[in-house]
This record gives sequence, structure tokens and C-alpha cells, in this order.
Amino acid sequence: MKIDRRDFLKLIGVGSAVLVLGPGSLAGAASKDAGKDDFLFVQLSDTHWGFSGPAVNPDATGTLKKAIAAVNSMKTQPDFIVFTGDLTHTTDDPKERRKRMAEARSIIGELQVKNIKFMPGEHDAGLDNGEAFQEFFGITHYTFDHKGVHFIVIDNVSDPTSSITDPQLQWLSAELKKLDKDSRIVVFTHRPLFDLYPQWDWWTRDGARALDLLMPYKNVTVFYGHIHQENHHMTGHIPHHAAKGLMFPLPAPGSVPKRVPIPWDAAESYKGLGYRSVEAKAETAEYMITEYPVKKG
Amino acid sequence: MKTAEDNLRVIITVIMTFTLIAFATGVFAADQPEQVIKVTAKKFEYSPSVITIKKGVPVILEFTSLDRVHGFTVPDLDGIRATIEPGKTTRIRIVAPKTGSYDFHCDLFCGEGHEDMTGKIIVVE
Repeated sequence: MKIDRRDFLKLIGVGSAVLVLGPGSLAGAASKDAGKDDFLFVQLSDTHWGFSGPAVNPDATGTLKKAIAAVNSMKTQPDFIVFTGDLTHTTDDPKERRKRMAEARSIIGELQVKNIKFMPGEHDAGLDNGEAFQEFFGITHYTFDHKGVHFIVIDNVSDPTSSITDPQLQWLSAELKKLDKDSRIVVFTHRPLFDLYPQWDWWTRDGARALDLLMPYKNVTVFYGHIHQENHHMTGHIPHHAAKGLMFPLPAPGSVPKRVPIPWDAAESYKGLGYRSVEAKAETAEYMITEYPVKKG
Repeated sequence: MKTAEDNLRVIITVIMTFTLIAFATGVFAADQPEQVIKVTAKKFEYSPSVITIKKGVPVILEFTSLDRVHGFTVPDLDGIRATIEPGKTTRIRIVAPKTGSYDFHCDLFCGEGHEDMTGKIIVVE
């Protein structure tokens, strides 16, 4: 089932929008965690530090810095910030890969909020099974709890076949067994867990097995990256929200013959690039998503 | 009056005619080796990148890699896929049920140009 975005959008100003979504709003089911605090987190994705291509982004070294400055200037600072993969643009040279990771980590260090969650994209981890990534950003799949929400970070890129793989699926199964069926669960991952568009490799080979494990849980929401554009999709009662990237936008799935970056539009600089904040509402188990563009200046 | 030689000539003519008709109608097709199309993979291209085959006719794609491990998948053609390792020959058999154009791509992340490693199978009547 696809969500009709028009049903949920409320414009609140130039370039920003709120998308009210969540298991509560769609199913009418309030979480048992009602009464816990509301909180805000920010999602940044696909920063591709190290990419060079002036026709696609003539401000390749400035875009991430602009996004970080914008996050730092948010009136309400988020409780934490999550980067959903492809922090760096890939390179065959392990030395250069580590240099890019060191630079990305240094720039990200400018964020005022220091509670930052990371996971790799295939550009970070696909050529060395995540070895360099782990040196700089830590483990690639893990869980954490925050104000009544259980967060699960799934790595679907360190295996070059774009799979979660059996050991991690067993770990996921064991983690989920610890939770009640009505627990609030948020999954962060890089690639879509569902078959968004396998013709462009926009899927996870064994993603259906992860979704099978998640399906018995009533309050699950997935946030991911990889496709460099906003996308909202339902698999059963589970919403999936893809974020914009911070280096170059990609075309809508299957809209053009080739999956190539959309060229820079000088008339609308940074078009298609951005980040989002997500307000987790405790009482209704909703997620209020606000999309922000990258701005000049 | 027909001689033995005439009879032999008739028999040979009948056999040759039958043989020609059999080849023309494909009676012996099952005994013919299937067409093999050699495909090389390297960062970040396949050669050839456009492969034309006939609907319903089995074809063997024979892959070799010139550098590292690559993948090959055709999501709209029964999701067929292969892992292509250097130093090995990888074969997959395709029988396309319908005419059309089917995109294929590398599904094992192979570097900066990975997203460009694509091609097409064109299936004709």
C-alpha cells in the first residue's frame, strides 16, 4: 500500500513540511508507552564526503557543513542525530577511504548535539566489509532505547551482496523476542528493507526476512536513506520513510532509463538536497516529520 | 525396368530430402548445442552490454571477470543472477518467455562506478 502524501501533508512554511505518520495515526492504536516524553531527533543521510562532480554538486565540500550549521541553529535542539549511511563516497584506496572518514567525522564533530548514531552505507562499507567504518564510527548494528522507544539499527550493506545475512537476522530475532508486541520500535537502516525498485538495486536481498520478524509488532516505523530522495511506503502496517541526501539527488524509482544523479540546477541551488527532523509523540505514537532544504549562504 | 542402381538413387534422394526437411523444421534442434554468449565483466562495465536473444530459445551466458568479483542480475527475467569471480567461468542458462527489453546490473558493490555497471537483454521473436 502506498501512502497518499497529500492526506498527511501540512505546509508550515517555505521549503518545510510536516508529515504526520505513525502506527498510531494509521491504525488508530495508541501505544502502551503513552505518557512518556515527546522528543525530537534529526536524520541526515547520504553525505558522500569525498565525492567530486561539479555538474552534480559544485559545492561538494560545503553542503554538509551548511546542513550542520542549520541543525545547530534549530531552535529546539534534537535529543540525538542519526546518519543513515553513505557518510563517505567510496574509493578503492583504503588510505583515502580512511582519510575521507576522518574528515567526515571531524566535520560532524561540529554538531552541537553530541549524541550521534551512525550506520554504514555501501559506499562506506561495501568494499571492506565495514572494516574502516568500524574504526571510525563503531559497530554497524545495535539497539538503543530512548524515552520509551526501542531503536534498532540494521546493517544491510557491509555484506557486499546487500544482505543483512543470517547471523544478524538471528540477532534481530533475539532482540525482538525481548520486546512486547505493542512496544514502540523504530528501525534505522541504509537500504530499503522492501523491494522498492530491484531493477536499480533499491532493495535488500533478504529484507523480507527482517520484515517478517518485525511484522508481529504493532508499532514499527523504518527510517532509511540510500535513494537520495523522500519516499514514503507501507508494507502492511509498517511505514518506511526514505530521506533526502546531502550530496546529489537521484531520480524517482524507474522514472528514467538510468539511475544517474540529477544535475545541479543553478536556478535552484541545492534542489533535492536536505535533512529532516522527526518529533516522536509519546501519547499518540506518531512521528511528525519535518523536511528541511539545504539553503544557500 | 528399374535397376538396383535406380532404386538406390531413389532411396538416397528420399533420405536427403527427409534430412533437409528435418533440419529446416528443427527436428534435430534438440541435438544441437545451445548458443553460448561470452560476456566479460570488469569495473564498471559488461561487454557486450546489450545482448540480443530469441524468445523461447535457450541461451547460455558465459561470464568471466577481468578484475574482481561482480554480480549479474536481471530482476524482470525471473530474477536470474550470478556471481562472477575472477579466474572462474560462470554459466547461466536463460530461456526468455516474452519479447522485450530487460535491464541487468551488477548487484555486488564493486566501487565508485558500481551504479553504472548495467546493460540490457533484448528478447526478439
